[in-house]
Parts: sequence; structure tokens; C-alpha cells
Amino acid sequence: MAPRTKLWCAAGLLLAIIYPLLFGGPVLVTRSNYAINIAFLILFAAFLGQAWNIAGGFAGQTSFGHVVFFGTGAYVSTILHVTHGWNPWLAWPVAIAAGGLVGALIGVLSFRAGLRGSYFALITLAFAEVFRILANSIPQTRGGLGMLIKADQRPENFQFRDPLWFYYLALALCVVGLLVAWWLTRSRFGARLAAIRDNEDAAKALGIDVFREKVRVLALSGAMCAAGGTVYAQKYLFIDPSIAFGVDKSVEMLLVAMIGGAGTIFGPLIGAGVLHLVGELTRDLGNVIPGIKNAQPLALIVYGLILVAIVGYLPNGLTSLFRRRR
Amino acid sequence: MLEVRDLAKTFGGLKAIDGASLDVAEGSIVGLIGPNGAGKTTLFATIAGFHKPDGGRVRFQGQDITGLPPHLLCERGMVRTFQITQPFARLSVIENVMVGAYLRTADRAEAEARAADVARRVGLGDRLQAPAGDLTVAGRKRLELARALATTPKLLLLDEVMAGLNPTEITAIVDIVRAIRDSGVTILLIEHVMQAVMSLAEHVYVLNDGRIIADGAPQAIATLPNVVEAYLGRGAAARMGGAHA
Ligand SMILES: Nc1ncnc2c1ncn2[C@@H]1O[C@H](COP(=O)(O)OP(=O)(O)O)[C@@H](O)[C@H]1O
Ligand SMILES: [Mg+2]
Repeated sequence: MAPRTKLWCAAGLLLAIIYPLLFGGPVLVTRSNYAINIAFLILFAAFLGQAWNIAGGFAGQTSFGHVVFFGTGAYVSTILHVTHGWNPWLAWPVAIAAGGLVGALIGVLSFRAGLRGSYFALITLAFAEVFRILANSIPQTRGGLGMLIKADQRPENFQFRDPLWFYYLALALCVVGLLVAWWLTRSRFGARLAAIRDNEDAAKALGIDVFREKVRVLALSGAMCAAGGTVYAQKYLFIDPSIAFGVDKSVEMLLVAMIGGAGTIFGPLIGAGVLHLVGELTRDLGNVIPGIKNAQPLALIVYGLILVAIVGYLPNGLTSLFRRRR
Repeated sequence: MLEVRDLAKTFGGLKAIDGASLDVAEGSIVGLIGPNGAGKTTLFATIAGFHKPDGGRVRFQGQDITGLPPHLLCERGMVRTFQITQPFARLSVIENVMVGAYLRTADRAEAEARAADVARRVGLGDRLQAPAGDLTVAGRKRLELARALATTPKLLLLDEVMAGLNPTEITAIVDIVRAIRDSGVTILLIEHVMQAVMSLAEHVYVLNDGRIIADGAPQAIATLPNVVEAYLGRGAAARMGGAHA
């Protein structure tokens, strides 16, 4: 990494750490939970986008159903906690492992069948739907009623009275995600994924076990998503099948990575920031333009147009503005 | 080193390879020639594990390798290049070659050093940071060669590495291929450029319609009537024979 990049990273991290102090911490008298929460949402989306990016960007295995791993993580830890009385901190690693396992399983099934490109994307979508319907129907998940986690706001219970701590948790996850992505740009595993993304036949010819590497990366990506699933459940204390396995979350992960720049280290972070800021700004459109009663459709249209413009003019994402190539 | 016996590969109803046999001795350069559509590339792909053969056997270094997948064959020391070059287009030249080098080491610095060394040997030393997608045809052919070489193969299957190159570039590649052989790598070479085959190969097989129709020393092969016919069409041998007599 270039010294300049290192400097920027250090500055960014420092800013992220002191951010709550600037916008609502002990320094100011009035707390702005809004500022903390929006930052949490950005970092959390960036982490999930990074998880998608590991498989979809770096390895070129575009998925439309990544929420399946997120939901697996959310449900596994919540079932262990609520139904079986586990401490959520202990349930977390199990949930992460479960996400990895589901990733490996979906990988084995789809890659054994030789599914690539849009076929792979569609099969992941189908898996996510199967999991959603399953969660809707089996007693272990309490079906469509969803699962409520009893509020008991103690840190040892993975619940925090102050949203600050979830912000820092999301920041830590985000940093881990960035480190994984950075490792992929430096390691043999990452080089093999890039080779597979660019040309599977050539990768095979050069001794790469394409099937094995693709299963591995999906397991890694799945484990990361599942880690996010548990955090979501512990923050909002409620999950149901459409929250945990809804297609909109899959789309958000994909958008975050694509808008920022799929297959780049900082793409998902930038994508998440832009997506949320554009979302927040367009939502306020109604207050800016007088005489509009229902601003929501207009906000969505503007939001959509901005996304189309970004994808249309920068097919390699916003990071391509900063760097010619990666 | 390589023994192919009665290998067969059918696509639908088409017998692309129809009982082909050939031998490659360790340390040699063997040529495989034949008209377009003869099945040369298919034969390579079947030997190298990209197609499951419908019949026949392949032995490599005394072991039966029939039907083994490409990555395992590559690990054992057999690697192919592609006639239609297949660069990792979003990676740089050095990154492309490193993918090959990573087969023998997990260490990044070591892979990079080995890749740079190999790239220099094939004449890509001054293009290391160039995006692979930006290379010319000649550059891409060299990249195919470099990537394959970086896996430290014992047997190199080269599929038309000279097609589409100008005479100067061909001479350069001929020298590179010979240097690779001299470094101890056995080579089986598909080539359309006759002059190259003649100057490189010690032994040549001629493939036509999926069958080996002749083999021998390059000079002897070039004048065989059935070989000339396969290349130039029926009656050509007779006409040429008349002209030479
Ligand atoms: N994957 C494939 N599916 C169907 N037919 C193929 C395939 N690959 C090659 N062929 C056919 O097999 C024959 C041999 O092709 P090929 O091996 O490329 O010949 P060559 O390399 O000698 O020019 C051709 O008729 C070609 O159309
Ligand atoms: Mg061919």
C-alpha cells in the first residue's frame, strides 16, 4: 500500500473513532442519536456489502440471494439465545459458522451443477426464497410471527443501552471486512479468485481447483454475512422471515458494492456512504420543494435516477473516479 | 513422457478425435500439424483434461492420467496454452504470470520474483505492469507462454503460439521455445506455421479428421502424398508430384 493510502486510512479510522464525540458524545450536551444511527447504518451496510464483494466482486460470483447468509446468522443466534438460553456472545460464533456452512453447501450444490454467471445469481435468489418460506413455516423459527428477543440491556447480554456501542461494533466489523479485502489483494487465495473471475478455463489450466476455491470464497462470504445477521438481531431485538431473508437486503448488498466499485477494497464503504446519503437527502425533498403533498414517490424517483446515473456513467463504480485501474 | 493411445472424443455426432495415438519422448520437441478443423485443439484439450475422452488412454510419466481434471494434471507438470488467448484481462502482466507461479509457492514475494523472471525469459520484461487486456496479439501469445511456464511444467502443450504473428515475431518465439526446451521442458507443439515446425520439431505427427495419418521427421513428412492432400485437397499430391518430377 502506498504511504499516502496508509495515511488516508489512518485518518479515516481516527475520524470514525472520534465521530461520536463530535456529533453526540459527551462533548456536546445534546446527544444526536440520529447522527450515530445513520453512521451505524452506513458502516453496517458497508460491512454486508463487503461480504457480498468478497464473493461477487473479488471472485466474480455475482449473487442475488446473499441475504440467505445474513438470515441464517440472525436466526441461528436468535434461536440459540431465545429458545435454548444461550448467551448471544456465545451464539455469535456458532451463527457465523452456520453462515459459512450454508455458503459452502450452496456453493457445492450450484458449482457442482456447473452454474455460472446469471444462472448462479438466480439460484442464490432461489435459495434465499426457500429459506424465507422455510422460516415462515417451521415451528423452530415461530413462523411468520417472527422472534422477539427480550430486552435486557447489558453488554454481557450483547445489548447496549447506548447506540454508540453498536456503532463501534459496526466500525469493528467494517475494519475486519476491509482487512479481508486487503488480504485478498495480497494473497495467493485472492490471486486465484481474480483469475477465476476473469477466466475460469485459464485458471483451471494453471492448476487452480476452481470448484474448491469458489466454494471456499462463498463460505467466507457467507460467514461474514452471518456475523452481520446476529448483530442486526441483537440491535433491533426482532427478526421475522421477510426481514431475515427478504430480497431487498440482497439487493442492497449488491448495490452498495456495485455503486462503490465491485472488486475494490473501499468500494462497499463508499457505496454505502453514497447510497445512504442520497437516500437521506431525497427523503427530505418534500420539505425543500413546497406544495408537494406526498414527496415519497418523487424521492424514490430521484433516488433511482441518481443510481442509474452512477451505474450508467461509472460502470466500475465510484472508486474508478479516484483510480484509473485496479 | 507422454503416451496417447486410441484417444477418441465425440461432440454430438461429430468424431472430433477418432482413435489418435502419439508419443512424446522426454526432452524433445514434437510437432502436431494438420488442416483447420482436424481436431488438434480438441486433442490437446482432451489430453489436458478439459474434455472427458470417449475412449482410449493417456499416460504421463508412466502413470495413467486419463480423465484427470486439468488442475491435477497441471500440478503433475503438464500444462497447456490456448490457441485463442485467454488472459486474465483485468490483471496486469505480472499478476497474470503470478497466478501460474502460485502453483508452487504460497509466498507472494517468491511468486512475484519467479513471475518476473519467467516474463523476462519470454520477452515481456518491459511490460510487467501493463494491463493484460492491452497487449497486442504477439504480447498475448507470450503471456500464454509465460503463465504456463510459471507453473514449472515438465511437459508444455503449445497450441499455435505463432499463429497471427509476423515473421520477426515468429523468429523471436522460435528462439524462446527452443530455450525453454533446452532448460529441460518437453514440448508438444501444435503449429500452422510450417517453417516453425520444421525448424523446431524433431518428430511430427499429422492429424486429419481426428486421425493421425502420418508421422516422422519433419522433412520426410512434408512430401508425403497423403499429408499434402490433407492440406491442399484431393489431387494436389498428384499435381505437385508431376511438377516436381
Ligand atoms: N466444444 C465443441 N463442441 C462441438 N464441436 C467442437 C467443439 N470443439 C471443437 N469442435 C469441432 O471439432 C472439430 C475439431 O476442432 P479443433 O479441435 O478446434 O480443430 P483444429 O484445432 O485442428 O483446428 C471441428 O469440426 C470443431 O468444429
Ligand atoms: Mg486449433
